[in-house]
Amino acid sequence: MKKNGFGSRFFMVLVFLFLYAPIFVLIVFSFNATKSRSVWAGFSLQWYVKLFSDATIMDALRTTLLVSAVASVIACIAGTAAAIGISAMRRRSRNIVMSVNNIPLTNADIVTGVSLSLLFVLAINIFNQTLGTRWELGFWTLLIAHVTFDIPYVILSVLPRIRQLDPNIYEAAEDLGATGPVAFRRVILPDLMPGIVNGLLVAFTMSIDDFVISYFTAGSKVSTLAMEVYAMARRKISPEINAISTLLFASVLVLLVFINIRQSRQDRLANREKSVVSIQK
Amino acid sequence: MKNRWLAVPYVVWMAVFVVVPLILVVLYAFTSRDGGFTLSNFSTMAEYLVVFGRSFFLALIATLVCILIGYPLAYYLAREGESMRRMATMLIMLPMWMNFLLRTYSWMSILENTGLLNTFFQKIGLFSLINGIFGTDITFFHMINTEGAIVLGMVYNFLPFMVLPIYTVIEKIDYRIIEAAQDLGANFRQVFQKVILPLSLPGVLSGITMVFVPAVSTFAIPRLLGGGMVTMLGDLIEAQFMGSAYNPYLGSAISLVMMLIVLICMAVMNRFGEGEEGAVVL
Amino acid sequence: MKRIFSLLLAVMMVSLLLTGCGDSAAQYPNGEVNVLNWGEYIDEDVLTQFESETGIKVNYKTCSDNETLYSTLSGGGSDYDVIVPSDYMISRLIDEGMLEKLDFSNIPNFSDIDENFVKPAYDPTNEYSVPYMWGTVGIIYNTSMVKDEITSWGALFDKKYAGQVLMINNPRDAIGLALKYLGYSYNTTDKSQIQKATDLLIQQKKDGIVQAYVMDEIFDKMEGGEAAIGVYYAGDYLTMLENNPDLAFVVPTEGSNYFVDAMCIPKGASNKTNGEKFINFMCTTDVGLANCEAIGYSTPLKSVKKALDPSISGNPVAYPSDEVLAKCEQFINLPQDILEFYDSEWLRLKV
Repeated sequence: MKKNGFGSRFFMVLVFLFLYAPIFVLIVFSFNATKSRSVWAGFSLQWYVKLFSDATIMDALRTTLLVSAVASVIACIAGTAAAIGISAMRRRSRNIVMSVNNIPLTNADIVTGVSLSLLFVLAINIFNQTLGTRWELGFWTLLIAHVTFDIPYVILSVLPRIRQLDPNIYEAAEDLGATGPVAFRRVILPDLMPGIVNGLLVAFTMSIDDFVISYFTAGSKVSTLAMEVYAMARRKISPEINAISTLLFASVLVLLVFINIRQSRQDRLANREKSVVSIQK
Repeated sequence: MKNRWLAVPYVVWMAVFVVVPLILVVLYAFTSRDGGFTLSNFSTMAEYLVVFGRSFFLALIATLVCILIGYPLAYYLAREGESMRRMATMLIMLPMWMNFLLRTYSWMSILENTGLLNTFFQKIGLFSLINGIFGTDITFFHMINTEGAIVLGMVYNFLPFMVLPIYTVIEKIDYRIIEAAQDLGANFRQVFQKVILPLSLPGVLSGITMVFVPAVSTFAIPRLLGGGMVTMLGDLIEAQFMGSAYNPYLGSAISLVMMLIVLICMAVMNRFGEGEEGAVVL
Repeated sequence: MKRIFSLLLAVMMVSLLLTGCGDSAAQYPNGEVNVLNWGEYIDEDVLTQFESETGIKVNYKTCSDNETLYSTLSGGGSDYDVIVPSDYMISRLIDEGMLEKLDFSNIPNFSDIDENFVKPAYDPTNEYSVPYMWGTVGIIYNTSMVKDEITSWGALFDKKYAGQVLMINNPRDAIGLALKYLGYSYNTTDKSQIQKATDLLIQQKKDGIVQAYVMDEIFDKMEGGEAAIGVYYAGDYLTMLENNPDLAFVVPTEGSNYFVDAMCIPKGASNKTNGEKFINFMCTTDVGLANCEAIGYSTPLKSVKKALDPSISGNPVAYPSDEVLAKCEQFINLPQDILEFYDSEWLRLKV
């Protein structure tokens, strides 16, 4: 293929600038001495200080991280098991299940959120009336909702890898004396790991970024970060939002850079091994 | 190991939390406030045809812009070297890790009448220049609270969802096919038109789904960037459930119709491409 | 790959710990209370004061307007102990049986409420509410951006202010001011009048006069000079004035809205007694004073009014003269079919 010339490189740079300009603005103004979001008035850390003492935002941040972490882990386990089960299904049932799996993916967020809230409110009302409980929308409904829309991503990530598995390896392991679970753990699982980890990452990203589904299912007491930002954006805006964006961005950047470095180091190692092997030949 | 029953917990879960809720939506759509069967929700919706039209139109524009920007980007990216590609993929994904509300909110401060862009334009004397040439009297460009701002917000938020699928598919194109085409005498334009474009179509279709559907149904973006001036489908639905007009029956009816229209659009689109289903393998 | 996984887990744990550091220290032996108020409507320090005095944890949330409050209460799945609706919404909630009768033995400070606010029209037996704040609605405008003095609702429909007007984003206030401008009552049940008012608003939108429909977003916009004219509550004007001295407030000559927001407890609230304790706390003199000074609204508490700085209690914006008040009308609850008509008219405007 043609190598990229100046024009195409320039275009790419422009697009990346477009993608990052608002983030850059957010970061810069998180250090602003006044609460203006568009006029620079000097450097100050006051918003970061305010951020850490704002219990509402801290609560929301903690809820977001907790729900995302727990939901993505649950989704990972359930999704991997499901993917294995699905790959063993007959064609017809597999197609049906995969169609259902695709529903949360292709459906609009708001429909998923609205439908889940209908279910939750109905169920809660029924339970409250018959059992006399005082349930309401809250952390558990939020968690259930997140797991529900995370699992399809995991399945989508793991299923292709299952298809790529060499079907004979499992039998070979069994022939060598490994029992079912052991064979699974030591032979299949390592092969699936990249897909599982990928699924976990995607699910976690989706959960953290979610706003609409959380909005409809979290109820009145529990709030995620996105919900808090939405509420704040409709009131007096405080650059605390900028401060939290900057912190989020910084931590994710560090994480991804780290992963990237490890990845290229692993690749280089693999390449070196390959060339060593070929020399030896 | 390959036990079918491993999938049972998952199937039960999906039945309860995906299928049943959707059935509920359908049921509610046909129910009136007093609990009886009715079609009145649908007749009320006729008044909101404008909103349907506007939402689909704006979503369409946003999707087209995403393709216009995203396809070339994905294509150029796929041609880069290994490490550059990985870094670029990471850079595209990075904004997605930052909550989309935060990024949309940032556009508010950029686009406002007293926002960044306008203040910048004023400082460099753009307005005096324009006023001098055209004899007008403007002190700012009216950018926020317009449909344009909403489209901008949509493109900004959903662009990565267009780029990534296309990039994934193009990157996987076996280079030897391209070489073969070139050996057979095709010039670059022909290679692109006859080989790369058709092969990348599944990615484009995937990208369209991932952009169009959220764009049609979003309500946070019109709320933040539209200033209550532009009502979209998402706004309408949200108002029925959490907003000022409480009517979950009407809300369900609107959601149902929206879902159906989207399904039809997707089905029509899929007939144009026989690619793999919905796999965005990031 | 395993290393990356464990690294991720570690990062998550650490961030969870860090965020957990914040408030795990406080102890709340006496339960909690869930409060739903309006935005910018309290001095947030009083919440911490309440928590330390009573040992009851306060879960404080805000809402943007009465209609959304109504949706939240009807939608089920949410559980608030204290809400602060406006007068007309309270009468609606009472009519629909959605409020608890208050146990006034838990609210001794009720005796401090001015007689004018006891047994109000919206709660004639005064069993369901305790007044919190009151005020008027008026036009706020930036005198450095608007050359003329504004005295009438007509200014909002004047094309020379195109793109500079912020309209209030709830049906009763917005359609209401148009009704007033046309010489009708806020509480008319004549559908043709309501329709005429909405038509006026639609024309205003079509003429490009409206910049945006806002509630609390108005603070930043007026203070920052993003818009020249807005419609909002007197108390909020006083807050904005602190950040932008160019702002002026006027109750238009055609008359405006006089409102009372009162604290109530929704039916079936799980922490009714704690809610009553909270209401009582809000009526103590120093808390009422702190709130007044923070948000600028007018107090129904006698001792607070006495304790206020004379520049505030004598301020005609916060405490209008009787003749201004005479021009003002209070909202009352409207019959269900008219309410639905308001909903559909409002949507007709918005789409």
